[in-house]
Amino acid sequence: MLIASIVVLAVGTYTMRLSGVLLRDRLELSDRLQRLLPMAATTLLAALAATAALMEGAAFAGAARPAGVAVGALLAWRKAPFVVVVLAAALTAALLRLAGVP
Amino acid sequence: MRTPRRTPDRALLRDAAAIAAAMVAVGASFGAIAIAYGLPTWVPFVMSTVVFAGGAQFLAVGLIAAGNPLAAVFAGLLLNARHLPFGLAVAATVGDRWRDRLIGSHLMTDEVVAFTLRERDPARRRRTYWLIGVTLFTSWNAGTALGVLLGGATGDPAALGLDAAFPAGLIALILPSLRDRATRTVALTGAALAVLVTPVLPAGLPVLCALLGLFALFVPRRRREEPRKLEEVPC
Repeated sequence: MLIASIVVLAVGTYTMRLSGVLLRDRLELSDRLQRLLPMAATTLLAALAATAALMEGAAFAGAARPAGVAVGALLAWRKAPFVVVVLAAALTAALLRLAGVP
Repeated sequence: MRTPRRTPDRALLRDAAAIAAAMVAVGASFGAIAIAYGLPTWVPFVMSTVVFAGGAQFLAVGLIAAGNPLAAVFAGLLLNARHLPFGLAVAATVGDRWRDRLIGSHLMTDEVVAFTLRERDPARRRRTYWLIGVTLFTSWNAGTALGVLLGGATGDPAALGLDAAFPAGLIALILPSLRDRATRTVALTGAALAVLVTPVLPAGLPVLCALLGLFALFVPRRRREEPRKLEEVPC
């Protein structure tokens, strides 16, 4: 059962990854629709970032993580390098937790 | 694009190193958690290699350890359904050859897609996809091995603030795309929608719900009668 569930999860995940790549050729998409594809991908990524920043399971994640993400986002907006953004976000969240912020 | 044009590849390598370091740490916590749950040693290794999707792996080992492998498969697949629209968006970048498509598809993750969409030039996009894809696959699996070997000694990713690092990194990567007004409207609407429905929907569905944000394009705007300009969207 353990092996079967891992195999099904792996095959299913790979199928979804591959089918998007293969479908792209089969689909006759208008120019307008084609422009929606990167927009849709960006929207999914924005939703991932927002839910990961704010939520832990079904509940609010606490203050430290959103604060760290906010610092990172601010730096990214100020065109700081990627490394700085990631490190600053982690450091802020870690220090806040060290100070007892949930 | 915010990276200096003179040394684009050095900047990309530096970014790749940063995300790889974070991936090693999170991969290590995955390996350690899987072992702590009492799962056989091969489970985290096999999952990191053949599933290669961090969120789904964490979710799945938790549910498997709780004795609910069916729920693990269902939740994991729901969480990974976003790869289908991702595939549509990056298909041209992955390549036309079958070998590239078969291997490239397996390397597809949120971070790879985010790094790729940041680039405009097709050749550079392609390089980015493969470089980040291979880097993440390697670092995720190395991290998993480290976690299995070191067990609980790898530390809590939350104590290191890594849970804040990944959303911040994603935001940094999608910011250039958000300069386009239509994309920004859709993405922010979708993200808000996803957060709102997270408490009531099972994991995976909220992020898919964000696609409903595309309907924001059809909301009439009084002040802007001209057709929406999409030229900023990297295609």
